Amino acid sequence: MKTTLPARIKSVAVALAAAGLLAGCASSGNPKDPIEGFNRAMFAFNEGLDSAIVKPVATGYEAVLPSPIRTGVTNFFSNIEDLFVGVNNLLQGKVPEAFSDLGRVMINTTVGLLGVIDFASDAGLEKHDEDFGQTFGRWGVGNGAYVVIPVFGPRTVRDTVGLVLDVAVDPVANHNPERTRDLALVLRLVNDRANLLPADKVIEEAALDKYSYMRDAYLQRRRNLIHDGNPPREVEADAEQIEHPATTDAGALGPRVEAASDAVVQPVLVASTEPPDAK
Amino acid sequence: MKSLFALFSGLLIASTAMAQDIAPDVLVKTVTNEVLEIVRKDKEIQSGNTKKAIDLVEVKVLPHFNFTRMTQLAMARDWRQASAAQQKALTDEFHVLLVRTYSKALTEYKNQTINYKPFSLKTGETDVRVRTEIRQSGAGKNIEMDYYLEKSASGWKVYDIEVGGISLITNYRESFASEVRNSGIDGLIKLLQTKNKSGEATSVKK
Repeated sequence: MKTTLPARIKSVAVALAAAGLLAGCASSGNPKDPIEGFNRAMFAFNEGLDSAIVKPVATGYEAVLPSPIRTGVTNFFSNIEDLFVGVNNLLQGKVPEAFSDLGRVMINTTVGLLGVIDFASDAGLEKHDEDFGQTFGRWGVGNGAYVVIPVFGPRTVRDTVGLVLDVAVDPVANHNPERTRDLALVLRLVNDRANLLPADKVIEEAALDKYSYMRDAYLQRRRNLIHDGNPPREVEADAEQIEHPATTDAGALGPRVEAASDAVVQPVLVASTEPPDAK
Repeated sequence: MKSLFALFSGLLIASTAMAQDIAPDVLVKTVTNEVLEIVRKDKEIQSGNTKKAIDLVEVKVLPHFNFTRMTQLAMARDWRQASAAQQKALTDEFHVLLVRTYSKALTEYKNQTINYKPFSLKTGETDVRVRTEIRQSGAGKNIEMDYYLEKSASGWKVYDIEVGGISLITNYRESFASEVRNSGIDGLIKLLQTKNKSGEATSVKK
Protein backbone atom coordinates (compact mmCIF):
# COMPACT_ATOMS: atom_id res chain seq x y z
CA MET A 1 0.00 0.00 0.00
CA LYS A 2 1.29 3.38 -0.93
CA THR A 3 1.21 5.72 2.02
CA THR A 4 0.89 9.34 1.04
CA LEU A 5 2.94 12.06 2.63
CA PRO A 6 0.02 13.47 4.63
CA ALA A 7 -0.88 10.01 5.90
CA ARG A 8 2.66 9.48 7.09
CA ILE A 9 2.76 12.85 8.76
CA LYS A 10 -0.51 12.07 10.41
CA SER A 11 0.75 8.89 11.98
CA VAL A 12 3.87 10.62 13.25
CA ALA A 13 1.74 13.43 14.59
CA VAL A 14 -0.62 11.12 16.42
CA ALA A 15 2.26 9.20 17.99
CA LEU A 16 3.91 12.40 19.11
CA ALA A 17 0.73 13.86 20.47
CA ALA A 18 0.13 10.74 22.50
CA ALA A 19 3.69 10.83 23.86
CA GLY A 20 3.38 14.49 24.69
CA LEU A 21 0.09 14.09 26.50
CA LEU A 22 1.36 11.09 28.44
CA ALA A 23 4.40 13.07 29.49
CA GLY A 24 2.01 15.37 31.23
CA CYS A 25 1.50 19.04 30.91
CA ALA A 26 4.26 20.97 32.57
CA SER A 27 3.37 24.61 32.82
CA SER A 28 5.27 27.67 33.89
CA GLY A 29 2.03 29.35 34.80
CA ASN A 30 1.49 31.39 31.65
CA PRO A 31 -2.31 31.36 31.24
CA LYS A 32 -2.01 31.60 27.45
CA ASP A 33 0.19 28.52 27.37
CA PRO A 34 -1.17 25.91 29.80
CA ILE A 35 0.41 22.94 28.02
CA GLU A 36 3.86 24.47 27.71
CA GLY A 37 5.65 21.18 28.38
CA PHE A 38 3.92 19.46 25.48
CA ASN A 39 4.38 22.52 23.29
CA ARG A 40 8.09 22.76 23.98
CA ALA A 41 8.50 19.11 23.00
CA MET A 42 6.61 19.71 19.75
CA PHE A 43 8.60 22.85 19.12
CA ALA A 44 11.84 20.94 19.54
CA PHE A 45 10.54 18.27 17.15
CA ASN A 46 9.64 20.90 14.54
CA GLU A 47 12.99 22.63 14.94
CA GLY A 48 14.73 19.30 14.44
CA LEU A 49 12.67 18.53 11.35
CA ASP A 50 13.42 21.99 10.03
CA SER A 51 17.16 21.93 10.54
CA ALA A 52 17.52 18.34 9.32
CA ILE A 53 15.35 18.48 6.21
CA VAL A 54 13.21 21.50 5.44
CA LYS A 55 15.74 24.26 5.87
CA PRO A 56 18.58 22.59 3.93
CA VAL A 57 16.20 21.86 1.05
CA ALA A 58 14.86 25.43 1.13
CA THR A 59 18.40 26.81 1.18
CA GLY A 60 19.32 24.73 -1.86
CA TYR A 61 16.12 25.75 -3.60
CA GLU A 62 16.90 29.41 -2.98
CA ALA A 63 20.46 28.99 -4.23
CA VAL A 64 19.45 27.21 -7.42
CA LEU A 65 16.38 29.12 -8.56
CA PRO A 66 16.64 32.78 -9.51
CA SER A 67 14.53 35.20 -7.56
CA PRO A 68 11.95 35.98 -10.31
CA ILE A 69 11.10 32.28 -10.60
CA ARG A 70 10.67 31.94 -6.84
CA THR A 71 8.43 35.00 -6.88
CA GLY A 72 6.39 33.30 -9.62
CA VAL A 73 5.98 30.19 -7.46
CA THR A 74 4.96 32.33 -4.48
CA ASN A 75 2.42 34.19 -6.61
CA PHE A 76 1.03 30.99 -8.11
CA PHE A 77 0.15 29.54 -4.69
CA SER A 78 -0.90 32.94 -3.41
CA ASN A 79 -3.44 33.19 -6.24
CA ILE A 80 -4.99 29.83 -5.33
CA GLU A 81 -5.17 30.97 -1.73
CA ASP A 82 -6.85 34.27 -2.69
CA LEU A 83 -10.10 32.48 -3.53
CA PHE A 84 -10.48 31.36 0.09
CA VAL A 85 -9.22 34.65 1.41
CA GLY A 86 -12.24 36.06 -0.43
CA VAL A 87 -14.58 33.44 1.05
CA ASN A 88 -13.35 34.29 4.55
CA ASN A 89 -13.75 38.01 3.95
CA LEU A 90 -17.32 37.32 2.88
CA LEU A 91 -17.93 35.23 6.02
CA GLN A 92 -16.62 38.15 8.07
CA GLY A 93 -19.02 40.52 6.34
CA LYS A 94 -16.26 42.39 4.56
CA VAL A 95 -17.96 42.47 1.18
CA PRO A 96 -15.79 45.06 -0.63
CA GLU A 97 -12.67 43.13 0.40
CA ALA A 98 -14.25 39.87 -0.80
CA PHE A 99 -14.96 41.40 -4.20
CA SER A 100 -11.44 42.75 -4.34
CA ASP A 101 -10.10 39.23 -3.67
CA LEU A 102 -12.32 37.82 -6.39
CA GLY A 103 -11.04 40.52 -8.74
CA ARG A 104 -7.49 39.56 -7.85
CA VAL A 105 -8.13 35.92 -8.75
CA MET A 106 -9.76 36.88 -12.06
CA ILE A 107 -6.98 39.27 -13.09
CA ASN A 108 -4.08 37.13 -11.93
CA THR A 109 -5.43 33.84 -13.29
CA THR A 110 -5.87 35.32 -16.77
CA VAL A 111 -3.55 38.25 -17.41
CA GLY A 112 -1.19 37.02 -14.71
CA LEU A 113 -0.71 33.66 -16.45
CA LEU A 114 -2.37 31.33 -13.92
CA GLY A 115 -1.31 33.52 -11.04
CA VAL A 116 2.41 33.56 -11.70
CA ILE A 117 2.43 37.33 -12.12
CA ASP A 118 0.65 39.45 -9.55
CA PHE A 119 -0.81 42.19 -11.74
CA ALA A 120 -3.66 42.80 -9.33
CA SER A 121 -1.38 44.29 -6.67
CA ASP A 122 0.04 46.72 -9.20
CA ALA A 123 -3.51 47.55 -10.23
CA GLY A 124 -4.20 48.53 -6.63
CA LEU A 125 -6.08 45.43 -5.46
CA GLU A 126 -4.32 44.78 -2.20
CA LYS A 127 -3.48 41.21 -1.13
CA HIS A 128 -5.32 40.26 2.04
CA ASP A 129 -4.47 37.71 4.70
CA GLU A 130 -7.49 35.77 5.92
CA ASP A 131 -8.21 32.22 7.04
CA PHE A 132 -10.88 30.37 8.99
CA GLY A 133 -9.09 30.91 12.30
CA GLN A 134 -9.32 34.68 11.75
CA THR A 135 -12.96 34.37 10.75
CA PHE A 136 -13.72 32.60 14.04
CA GLY A 137 -11.77 35.29 15.87
CA ARG A 138 -13.78 37.96 14.10
CA TRP A 139 -16.95 36.17 15.20
CA GLY A 140 -15.79 36.52 18.79
CA VAL A 141 -14.28 33.08 19.42
CA GLY A 142 -11.37 33.38 21.86
CA ASN A 143 -7.92 31.98 21.23
CA GLY A 144 -8.04 29.06 23.61
CA ALA A 145 -4.75 27.55 24.64
CA TYR A 146 -1.61 27.98 22.60
CA VAL A 147 -0.66 24.75 20.83
CA VAL A 148 2.38 23.78 18.80
CA ILE A 149 1.35 21.28 16.15
CA PRO A 150 3.85 18.95 14.52
CA VAL A 151 4.92 20.18 11.08
CA PHE A 152 2.45 23.10 11.10
CA GLY A 153 3.98 24.93 14.03
CA PRO A 154 2.34 27.48 16.33
CA ARG A 155 -1.44 27.67 16.55
CA THR A 156 -4.10 28.23 19.14
CA VAL A 157 -6.99 25.84 19.72
CA ARG A 158 -9.22 28.15 17.71
CA ASP A 159 -6.71 28.45 14.90
CA THR A 160 -6.24 24.68 14.90
CA VAL A 161 -9.93 24.21 14.20
CA GLY A 162 -9.61 26.90 11.54
CA LEU A 163 -6.65 25.04 10.09
CA VAL A 164 -8.71 21.86 9.71
CA LEU A 165 -11.16 23.81 7.57
CA ASP A 166 -8.38 25.60 5.68
CA VAL A 167 -6.93 22.24 4.73
CA ALA A 168 -10.33 20.73 3.94
CA VAL A 169 -10.97 23.36 1.26
CA ASP A 170 -7.37 23.81 0.13
CA PRO A 171 -7.34 23.12 -3.64
CA VAL A 172 -3.71 22.05 -3.50
CA ALA A 173 -4.23 19.47 -0.74
CA ASN A 174 -7.33 18.18 -2.55
CA HIS A 175 -5.75 17.98 -5.95
CA ASN A 176 -5.84 14.76 -7.95
CA PRO A 177 -3.84 12.76 -8.87
CA GLU A 178 -1.93 12.26 -5.63
CA ARG A 179 1.43 12.41 -7.31
CA THR A 180 1.10 15.96 -8.56
CA ARG A 181 -0.63 16.89 -5.33
CA ASP A 182 2.31 15.71 -3.23
CA LEU A 183 4.72 17.47 -5.54
CA ALA A 184 2.74 20.69 -5.29
CA LEU A 185 2.52 20.45 -1.50
CA VAL A 186 6.25 19.93 -1.20
CA LEU A 187 6.99 22.77 -3.60
CA ARG A 188 4.74 25.10 -1.64
CA LEU A 189 6.33 24.09 1.66
CA VAL A 190 9.86 24.54 0.37
CA ASN A 191 9.07 27.83 -1.34
CA ASP A 192 7.37 29.23 1.76
CA ARG A 193 10.28 28.14 3.90
CA ALA A 194 12.75 29.76 1.50
CA ASN A 195 10.83 33.02 1.82
CA LEU A 196 11.40 32.90 5.57
CA LEU A 197 15.15 32.28 5.40
CA PRO A 198 16.11 35.95 5.88
CA ALA A 199 14.01 36.09 9.05
CA ASP A 200 15.95 33.18 10.62
CA LYS A 201 19.08 35.15 11.37
CA VAL A 202 17.16 38.08 12.78
CA ILE A 203 15.19 35.81 15.12
CA GLU A 204 18.37 34.04 16.26
CA GLU A 205 19.82 37.46 17.02
CA ALA A 206 16.73 38.70 18.82
CA ALA A 207 15.41 35.78 20.87
CA LEU A 208 16.50 35.02 24.42
CA ASP A 209 14.37 31.90 24.39
CA LYS A 210 13.31 31.02 20.88
CA TYR A 211 10.28 29.03 22.00
CA SER A 212 8.65 31.88 23.88
CA TYR A 213 9.78 34.46 21.33
CA MET A 214 8.01 32.53 18.56
CA ARG A 215 4.96 31.91 20.73
CA ASP A 216 4.50 35.54 21.65
CA ALA A 217 5.18 36.67 18.10
CA TYR A 218 2.53 34.25 16.83
CA LEU A 219 -0.04 35.46 19.36
CA GLN A 220 0.66 39.11 18.58
CA ARG A 221 0.54 38.47 14.86
CA ARG A 222 -2.80 36.68 15.00
CA ARG A 223 -4.29 39.37 17.19
CA ASN A 224 -3.16 41.95 14.67
CA LEU A 225 -4.55 39.98 11.72
CA ILE A 226 -7.95 39.46 13.30
CA HIS A 227 -8.22 43.21 13.76
CA ASP A 228 -6.92 43.80 10.23
CA GLY A 229 -3.90 45.72 11.43
CA ASN A 230 -5.69 47.87 14.02
CA PRO A 231 -5.91 45.95 17.28
CA PRO A 232 -6.63 47.88 20.46
CA ARG A 233 -3.22 48.98 21.70
CA GLU A 234 -2.20 46.94 24.75
CA VAL A 235 0.21 49.55 26.01
CA GLU A 236 -2.56 52.06 26.33
CA ALA A 237 -4.93 49.61 27.88
CA ASP A 238 -2.53 49.10 30.78
CA ALA A 239 -4.53 51.21 33.17
CA GLU A 240 -7.30 48.61 33.09
CA GLN A 241 -4.94 45.93 34.26
CA ILE A 242 -6.43 44.38 37.36
CA GLU A 243 -4.24 41.39 38.07
CA HIS A 244 -1.80 43.30 40.29
CA PRO A 245 -3.32 46.71 40.77
CA ALA A 246 -0.83 47.63 43.47
CA THR A 247 2.18 47.32 41.21
CA THR A 248 0.63 48.55 38.00
CA ASP A 249 2.48 51.39 36.38
CA ALA A 250 2.65 52.91 32.93
CA GLY A 251 4.57 49.93 31.62
CA ALA A 252 2.61 47.19 33.27
CA LEU A 253 1.36 44.12 31.54
CA GLY A 254 -1.66 44.68 29.37
CA PRO A 255 -4.88 42.82 29.93
CA ARG A 256 -4.96 39.41 28.41
CA VAL A 257 -7.57 40.37 25.93
CA GLU A 258 -7.85 37.09 24.16
CA ALA A 259 -6.89 34.63 26.83
CA ALA A 260 -10.57 34.16 27.46
CA SER A 261 -10.38 30.42 27.47
CA ASP A 262 -7.64 28.61 29.28
CA ALA A 263 -9.18 25.24 28.76
CA VAL A 264 -6.71 22.54 27.92
CA VAL A 265 -8.00 21.00 24.76
CA GLN A 266 -6.28 18.14 23.08
CA PRO A 267 -4.75 19.48 19.90
CA VAL A 268 -6.66 18.48 16.83
CA LEU A 269 -4.27 16.93 14.43
CA VAL A 270 -4.71 17.08 10.75
CA ALA A 271 -3.01 15.65 7.77
CA SER A 272 -1.50 18.01 5.30
CA THR A 273 1.72 19.78 4.67
CA GLU A 274 1.07 23.43 5.03
CA PRO A 275 4.40 24.99 6.00
CA PRO A 276 5.37 25.38 9.63
CA ASP A 277 4.56 28.93 10.52
CA ALA A 278 7.16 31.65 10.82
CA LYS A 279 10.11 29.48 11.52
CA MET B 1 30.51 91.28 21.33
CA LYS B 2 27.08 91.54 22.81
CA SER B 3 25.46 91.25 19.41
CA LEU B 4 27.62 88.25 18.58
CA PHE B 5 26.38 86.55 21.73
CA ALA B 6 22.82 87.42 20.80
CA LEU B 7 23.38 85.96 17.37
CA PHE B 8 24.74 82.71 18.80
CA SER B 9 22.03 82.27 21.35
CA GLY B 10 19.53 83.06 18.63
CA LEU B 11 21.00 80.31 16.47
CA LEU B 12 20.99 77.90 19.36
CA ILE B 13 17.33 78.53 20.05
CA ALA B 14 16.54 78.21 16.39
CA SER B 15 18.27 74.83 16.06
CA THR B 16 16.67 73.43 19.21
CA ALA B 17 13.32 74.59 17.99
CA MET B 18 13.99 72.86 14.70
CA ALA B 19 14.73 69.50 16.29
CA GLN B 20 11.49 69.80 18.22
CA ASP B 21 9.56 70.91 15.20
CA ILE B 22 10.32 67.99 12.91
CA ALA B 23 7.04 66.15 12.60
CA PRO B 24 7.16 62.46 13.59
CA ASP B 25 6.29 61.19 10.11
CA VAL B 26 8.94 63.41 8.53
CA LEU B 27 11.47 62.17 11.06
CA VAL B 28 10.72 58.49 10.32
CA LYS B 29 10.86 59.11 6.59
CA THR B 30 14.07 61.12 6.67
CA VAL B 31 15.94 58.65 8.87
CA THR B 32 14.69 55.57 6.98
CA ASN B 33 15.57 57.03 3.60
CA GLU B 34 18.97 58.13 4.79
CA VAL B 35 19.82 54.73 6.26
CA LEU B 36 18.54 52.72 3.30
CA GLU B 37 20.40 55.00 0.90
CA ILE B 38 23.62 54.11 2.70
CA VAL B 39 22.80 50.38 2.82
CA ARG B 40 22.01 50.34 -0.90
CA LYS B 41 25.50 51.63 -1.67
CA ASP B 42 27.36 49.56 0.89
CA LYS B 43 28.31 46.13 -0.42
CA GLU B 44 29.80 45.09 2.92
CA ILE B 45 26.58 45.63 4.83
CA GLN B 46 24.66 43.83 2.08
CA SER B 47 26.94 40.84 2.36
CA GLY B 48 26.35 40.58 6.09
CA ASN B 49 28.87 42.82 7.81
CA THR B 50 26.87 43.32 11.00
CA LYS B 51 29.57 45.39 12.65
CA LYS B 52 29.33 48.03 9.95
CA ALA B 53 25.55 48.01 10.11
CA ILE B 54 25.74 48.52 13.87
CA ASP B 55 27.94 51.58 13.40
CA LEU B 56 25.44 52.99 10.95
CA VAL B 57 22.52 52.38 13.30
CA GLU B 58 24.40 53.89 16.27
CA VAL B 59 25.04 57.13 14.42
CA LYS B 60 21.86 57.60 12.39
CA VAL B 61 19.07 55.83 14.21
CA LEU B 62 19.81 55.68 17.92
CA PRO B 63 19.53 59.39 18.67
CA HIS B 64 15.85 59.04 17.84
CA PHE B 65 15.16 56.06 20.13
CA ASN B 66 14.12 56.16 23.76
CA PHE B 67 15.69 53.01 25.20
CA THR B 68 14.63 53.64 28.77
CA ARG B 69 11.00 53.69 27.70
CA MET B 70 11.53 50.57 25.57
CA THR B 71 13.08 48.68 28.46
CA GLN B 72 10.31 49.81 30.77
CA LEU B 73 7.69 48.52 28.33
CA ALA B 74 9.42 45.17 28.00
CA MET B 75 9.88 44.82 31.76
CA ALA B 76 6.24 45.70 32.47
CA ARG B 77 5.50 45.49 36.17
CA ASP B 78 8.96 44.18 37.06
CA TRP B 79 10.47 47.55 36.14
CA ARG B 80 9.46 49.05 39.45
CA GLN B 81 11.10 46.28 41.42
CA ALA B 82 14.45 47.04 39.84
CA SER B 83 16.84 49.42 41.57
CA ALA B 84 18.13 52.44 39.66
CA ALA B 85 21.40 50.60 38.99
CA GLN B 86 19.52 47.52 37.77
CA GLN B 87 17.32 49.66 35.55
CA LYS B 88 20.40 51.18 33.99
CA ALA B 89 22.05 47.79 33.48
CA LEU B 90 18.85 46.41 31.92
CA THR B 91 18.50 49.40 29.62
CA ASP B 92 22.13 49.15 28.50
CA GLU B 93 21.89 45.43 27.74
CA PHE B 94 18.51 45.68 26.06
CA HIS B 95 19.91 48.54 24.00
CA VAL B 96 22.73 46.34 22.73
CA LEU B 97 20.34 43.49 21.93
CA LEU B 98 17.92 45.71 20.01
CA VAL B 99 20.66 47.45 18.06
CA ARG B 100 22.14 44.14 17.10
CA THR B 101 18.78 42.77 15.98
CA TYR B 102 17.97 45.91 14.01
CA SER B 103 21.39 45.86 12.36
CA LYS B 104 21.03 42.21 11.46
CA ALA B 105 17.73 43.01 9.78
CA LEU B 106 19.45 45.76 7.78
CA THR B 107 22.00 43.30 6.40
CA GLU B 108 19.07 41.27 5.03
CA TYR B 109 17.79 44.29 3.11
CA LYS B 110 17.25 43.51 -0.57
CA ASN B 111 15.97 46.50 -2.51
CA GLN B 112 12.52 46.56 -0.98
CA THR B 113 10.80 49.91 -1.17
CA ILE B 114 9.06 51.68 1.67
CA ASN B 115 5.57 53.17 1.39
CA TYR B 116 4.68 55.84 3.91
CA LYS B 117 1.02 55.86 4.79
CA PRO B 118 -0.83 59.14 5.15
CA PHE B 119 -0.24 60.75 8.51
CA SER B 120 -1.62 63.84 10.12
CA LEU B 121 -0.60 65.19 13.49
CA LYS B 122 -3.47 66.51 15.53
CA THR B 123 -2.69 69.53 17.67
CA GLY B 124 -1.60 68.64 21.14
CA GLU B 125 -0.85 64.99 20.31
CA THR B 126 2.24 63.65 22.08
CA ASP B 127 1.97 59.93 21.30
CA VAL B 128 1.59 58.79 17.70
CA ARG B 129 1.88 55.88 15.32
CA VAL B 130 3.60 56.39 11.98
CA ARG B 131 2.66 53.63 9.59
CA THR B 132 4.87 52.37 6.80
CA GLU B 133 4.86 49.37 4.54
CA ILE B 134 7.73 47.37 3.15
CA ARG B 135 7.04 46.42 -0.41
CA GLN B 136 8.77 43.48 -2.04
CA SER B 137 9.02 43.90 -5.77
CA GLY B 138 6.91 41.36 -7.64
CA ALA B 139 5.35 39.70 -4.62
CA GLY B 140 1.95 40.82 -3.48
CA LYS B 141 2.17 40.78 0.27
CA ASN B 142 3.51 43.91 1.93
CA ILE B 143 4.91 43.91 5.43
CA GLU B 144 3.57 46.61 7.69
CA MET B 145 6.14 48.38 9.81
CA ASP B 146 4.78 50.86 12.33
CA TYR B 147 6.74 53.24 14.52
CA TYR B 148 5.38 54.52 17.81
CA LEU B 149 6.78 57.87 18.87
CA GLU B 150 6.32 60.16 21.79
CA LYS B 151 7.17 63.81 22.08
CA SER B 152 10.04 64.77 24.34
CA ALA B 153 11.92 67.98 25.06
CA SER B 154 14.47 66.98 22.43
CA GLY B 155 12.04 66.04 19.69
CA TRP B 156 10.02 62.92 18.87
CA LYS B 157 11.47 59.63 20.08
CA VAL B 158 10.62 56.12 18.90
CA TYR B 159 9.62 53.84 21.79
CA ASP B 160 8.19 50.86 19.92
CA ILE B 161 8.38 49.27 16.48
CA GLU B 162 5.85 46.80 15.15
CA VAL B 163 6.60 44.52 12.23
CA GLY B 164 3.54 42.80 10.82
CA GLY B 165 1.74 43.59 14.05
CA ILE B 166 4.47 42.09 16.22
CA SER B 167 5.90 44.58 18.66
CA LEU B 168 9.64 44.11 18.88
CA ILE B 169 9.48 45.42 22.44
CA THR B 170 6.47 43.80 24.05
CA ASN B 171 7.42 40.49 22.46
CA TYR B 172 10.05 40.26 25.20
CA ARG B 173 7.55 40.68 28.04
CA GLU B 174 6.84 37.03 28.71
CA SER B 175 10.48 35.94 28.43
CA PHE B 176 11.60 38.77 30.71
CA ALA B 177 8.85 38.09 33.22
CA SER B 178 9.55 34.37 33.41
CA GLU B 179 13.29 34.96 33.78
CA VAL B 180 12.66 37.43 36.61
CA ARG B 181 10.30 34.90 38.22
CA ASN B 182 12.92 32.17 38.05
CA SER B 183 16.14 34.00 38.81
CA GLY B 184 15.34 37.57 39.71
CA ILE B 185 16.22 40.89 38.07
CA ASP B 186 19.93 40.12 38.30
CA GLY B 187 19.30 36.80 36.59
CA LEU B 188 17.70 38.63 33.68
CA ILE B 189 20.59 41.10 33.47
CA LYS B 190 22.99 38.19 33.39
CA LEU B 191 20.97 36.41 30.71
CA LEU B 192 20.99 39.53 28.54
CA GLN B 193 24.73 39.92 29.04
CA THR B 194 25.37 36.32 28.02
CA LYS B 195 23.12 36.70 24.99
CA ASN B 196 24.89 39.88 23.94
CA LYS B 197 28.32 38.29 24.35
CA SER B 198 27.33 35.35 22.15
CA GLY B 199 26.01 37.80 19.58
CA GLU B 200 29.35 39.59 19.63
CA ALA B 201 31.08 36.34 18.84
CA THR B 202 28.87 35.66 15.82
CA SER B 203 29.17 39.17 14.42
CA VAL B 204 32.96 39.04 14.69
CA LYS B 205 33.04 35.68 12.96
CA LYS B 206 31.10 37.06 10.00
